[in-house]
Formats: sequence, C-alpha cells, structure tokens
Amino acid sequence: MPQPRRLVEGNEAVAEGAIAAGARFFAGYPITPSTEIAEVLSRRLPQVGGHFIQMEDEIASIGAVIGASLAGTKSLTATSGPGFSLMQESIGYATMAQVPCVIVDVMRGGPSTGLPTEPSQGDVMQARWGTHGEHSIIALAPSSVAECFSLTVEAFNLSEAYRTPVILLSDATVGHMREAVALPTSDELRVAERGEPAVAPADYDEVISTVDNIMPRPALGSRYAVHVTGLVYDRSRGGVPATGTPAVAEGLGLYLREKIYHHRDAICSVEEIEMEDAEVAIFAYGSVARSARAAMKWARRQGVKVGLVRPITLWPFPTEAVEHMAEQVRTIIVPEMNLKQMSWEVLAAVAGRAKVVDHGRIDGKLIRPEEIQDLIRAEFHYHHFEETR
Amino acid sequence: MTALVDEELLERPPQDSSLPRVTPHSTAELRSHLRTPKTLWCPGCSNGIVTRALIDAVLSLHLDPDRTCVIAGIGCAGRITTYLNWSTVHTAHGRALALATGAKAADPGLNVIVIMGDGDCVAIGGNHLIHAARRNIDVTALVFNNSIYGMTGGQMSPTTFEGDRSTTSVYGNVEQAFDICELAHAAGATYVARGTPYAYTRLSQLIAGGIAHKGFAFVEAMVSCPTYYGRQNGIPDPSDMMKRQQSRAVPVEKFDRDGPRLHDRYPVGVLHHTEREEYTAAYAGVVQRAQGSSRG
Repeated sequence: MPQPRRLVEGNEAVAEGAIAAGARFFAGYPITPSTEIAEVLSRRLPQVGGHFIQMEDEIASIGAVIGASLAGTKSLTATSGPGFSLMQESIGYATMAQVPCVIVDVMRGGPSTGLPTEPSQGDVMQARWGTHGEHSIIALAPSSVAECFSLTVEAFNLSEAYRTPVILLSDATVGHMREAVALPTSDELRVAERGEPAVAPADYDEVISTVDNIMPRPALGSRYAVHVTGLVYDRSRGGVPATGTPAVAEGLGLYLREKIYHHRDAICSVEEIEMEDAEVAIFAYGSVARSARAAMKWARRQGVKVGLVRPITLWPFPTEAVEHMAEQVRTIIVPEMNLKQMSWEVLAAVAGRAKVVDHGRIDGKLIRPEEIQDLIRAEFHYHHFEETR
Repeated sequence: MTALVDEELLERPPQDSSLPRVTPHSTAELRSHLRTPKTLWCPGCSNGIVTRALIDAVLSLHLDPDRTCVIAGIGCAGRITTYLNWSTVHTAHGRALALATGAKAADPGLNVIVIMGDGDCVAIGGNHLIHAARRNIDVTALVFNNSIYGMTGGQMSPTTFEGDRSTTSVYGNVEQAFDICELAHAAGATYVARGTPYAYTRLSQLIAGGIAHKGFAFVEAMVSCPTYYGRQNGIPDPSDMMKRQQSRAVPVEKFDRDGPRLHDRYPVGVLHHTEREEYTAAYAGVVQRAQGSSRG
C-alpha cells in the first residue's frame, strides 16, 4: 500500500528514495542547495539501523562512501557544484575500482561559489568528464519530486548492476520544489541486492565478471580476500597492479567502458510526449523539461505539431533516441541552463539530419515556457498563433 | 661493510610487559601472508621490516584474517596492499583514513588497519588524520615515516627535518618538520606510539598495542630511505641510516619534554594512551535513541 499523499520536497524525496533502495550509509558535507538530503538522512538513517556521518569535507565524504560500499553497505553522498568538483578524484577511483555508490549533485550556478541558491545545469559535462582519464559513467536527471524518489532507487539499482558510481543530477529547482506525492513503499519497488559472487572464495577473481555477467564485488570482511586499487590492475591475477603491461591496461579500460556502453539500451531511459506526429521537438531534461512541457502543450493548443523528448538518462547519452528524433522532425530545440553543454551532444547525434536550436541561460533563472514558445513560434512562421503568450 | 646491528652502540629493548606480547613468526609463515615475495621497495629500505612487524603483530593478536582489512594510500608505503594477501584497499593519495572511516562505520566489527606514508598522512591527507583522531574511530593508523616522497623521487615532505636536502629543497629545507605524533595526540587520538625498525620487537609490540586499543590508535614507524634521503644527506649506507635513526630515538621515559629540544631527537614508545568513548560505539547509541523516538 502506498503511503498517503503529502507535500514532499525534492531533496527529501531523494533521501527517502535512498532508504527505500536499501542505502544504509550516507557521508556528506553541508552545501546549498543539497543540505536537506543530509539533514533528512541524519534523522532517518539511524531509525532504520543505518549510519549517517558528517565528514570534514567532500573529499572525505566520497571517500567514506566508497569505504562503506566496499564493506558491503549501499552508500550515497549529496553535494552541489563546488563539492562535486572536490569529489571528482574519488569518483574516478570508484569507476576504476568498480565500487557501486550514488552521488547526488543538486546543481547550482557556477563556476566557483557562483550562485549558491539558484538553479543551473552547469554540471552536465562535469558529471560526464569531471574525473580524469577515459571512463564511463551513468547520470540521471529527475524533473519532479516523484522522480527524485524513483530515480534515486534506479540510481542504486544501476550502480549495483554495473558496479559503478551513478550520479543523480538534480538542481536547485527540483531539489527545493514541493509536490504532492504518494511515495511508494519498499515492497512496491524493484530493489537490487548486492549479494555475493556465485563462486567459492578460492575461485573468485575479477575476471569471472564479464560484460554480460557482472558479479558483485565481495565485501571487505567477507570470506573473500580482495585487493582493491585505483592503479591499472590485472583482472585475472587477483587485481594486482599491472602498470607495465599495455595489453592489460587496454583490456581493463575497454572492459570498464563496455560494461556500461554495451548495456546502453537497458540503461538509457527517455520519455517521449506527443512525438507521433511532431514536426518540431524540444529536447529538455531536469527542471527545464517542466517549462518545455508547458511550452509543448501551448503549441498543441495553437495547432502546431510539437513534441517533447526528455532524456531521463543523460549519460550514457541516449544517442539512439536522438537519432530517431532526427529522422522524424525538422527542428530540435534544446533549452538548458548552461551554454550548449547538451546541445553539442544533440548536434553530434543529429549529424545534420535536422536543425538544432540551442537556448541557454546562465543567470540563475529558470528557463520560462514563454522563452521556449518564442523559439517554437520562429519554427512555424507561416502559422497564425492566437495567443501572444 | 658495516654490521647491521651494533649491540654496543644500540641495545635492543626486551619486550614491554605493558604491551601485547608479540611472537616472532618464521619467514616461511610470514611469506604465507604475502601475495609475492618481490617488492618495488629499494634495497636497504626499511618498509619491509615494518611490514613484517605488522604481520607479527596481527598474528600474535590472533585476529580473524577474514575480518581484517588493510587500507592504504599512495606512495611507497601504500604498496603494502599489493603484497599482503589479506583484504586490502589501495586508495587514492591521502584518502585512506576517509575510506577506513566509512568501512568501519558501516561494519564496526571489522578490524581496520590503515597504512600511510608521511606525505600521505600529514600533507595531502592531514585533514582526514585530525578528524579521524577527533572522532576516536577504532582504526589503527600506521605511518611509515621516511621523511621524504620516495615514490616520486625524493622531494621534501612535511616531516623532512629542517636543513635537510631533497630534490625540492636543494639548498636545505627551511620549513619546520611536523611531529606527527604530537599532532595526532592534540587532535584527539587515544593511543599514540612511535617506534623504529631497529628496535623490531618493540615496534611490533607498539603496533599490536594500537590494534588492541579500542579507539583511534596512531603508530609512527620511523623508516629510512637510503635511496633518496640518505644519498642526498650524506648517509647513503642503509645500516648507517638505521643506526642514526635509533641513536636519535629516546625512550619516552627519558625524553625531556621541557628541556632544550633538539630537532633530531624524538621520543619512542607509547607517547599517549587514554580511554574515551569510541565513535562507532557512540553512534550505536544514536541508533538506539533514533529507534526509540521513532517508536514512541
């Protein structure tokens, strides 16, 4: 039975989603506009036998999260731009060492201290490429309070399935917004359990995991003796460093990439609305998708065929959905609270098959539906629009 | 060739009865705890001696190997995780204590031993050290202090003695060296000890005492780096380095804290030992209170 409907804040929904997903460890450092996640979890985690710890900085926070996850506990941290930057080194460690964990980045205006209380989507590329070196990553972008909950659960499921850090890219608007939602209870959810590898401790090695059969990493303190390292390691020799063996380095790098990219179809989630007959599509994510949806509804009322493609998964980039969209529509409008971070990706996937119109804002203000309406109007210049707005 | 042990100059102390007794294990038995007998540590480096002292301490305490993990940072010392065949985590530079805090908080029954180098511990990881000590979390931090960045080729570290040379202090180091034990003590560590590889058995006992202690235990092993420290400072012979190190080590009972401080003398032994509520035990109280209030 679902819980009764009540007003829930986006950040609170993330915290409740984490608990429903089985997370029992949070480490973090206060930072606007993510702090409510820490506050709620400091109260809720001990109630369910979990552990909350406020660390000395964000570097320590992601470190403690990785340590707790290695000890077998589903773990998360939450932060915003400046803290997310500090975490990048260890996010890279978690991708290399294949440690499941969830990092919530409630985006605010940047760079630097920037606009601490205002929304932004300026961390889209930081989520993808913030840590150094070739690596794969998964990032999800909620656009409602209900999704703050459901995508946090999904983030944990993906991180366990692919043994990788997963980034939940929320923003100050979604995080601080309140909506009436009935949060699901744990028994209504699909929750991936960590488990143990399906081999005896003596037979365990990293190499038994394949792209199609990724085994959980045994916990520290289990019967399995494991070696975890951020160095290039040999998956077939107990994970010992293999920095002098180019073939091993390449094999590991390709495996780490393929274990995500090979499963793009299963990982990528895209919502498409009114796309059956659309001539123009809006490609929008996160809080901006809400304005895009309002603009699309306005356009339909005006009698012009506009659809919405909303990537829920930002990384890996949903290339196939964009290619499909490019075959169908003549123009794709990409509004985002940054300057072209995602529209470049769209442009690359569209590859000249449709016109791409980007629209960015970096002043800490939301992109309003009217701004998108103006862009739609320009794409249907032959049409007589009834309403000015 | 200089003899490794000059009994006349330096006497090996007997086992300290106030610390856990350590049984020396055979080389064959010690090797069974290693993934490989080969290390990248240079000839004459004393990291291997401290590694052996650690294994002797862990075996003497009869810790369950399945429930014991070693978490280390980056640098020569951090490589210990590659050699020990227990559960080992080779973290990013300076982050060992942060990961250890998470692992211990998530699984308080786990025996967590943290290995750091001096740069790892008090330069890049200094913030984690003082807060782990402040929390009094039950992990044992063992620092291999060779007073230099060995892995990167001999740059000065926060524990390079004033006046000494390195590849980044070619005219002599003008900075004061950190006394890491004093730092750990001031930050709240409830067990603080320092030992030398020369006094092998005592060092192993000091490590065992740290592991047996409930709370944040800090053990500093003064190790020697003849390759980078010795050669740049006129003591290229490993045995000379070890002997000099031991001659500078003054038993804590004899060390006059109030007397004139010489920068090259340091106290060894258990420098500080007290009891204070341990972090995970205190947090168990938080869980109890939270569950009580949610039911009520």
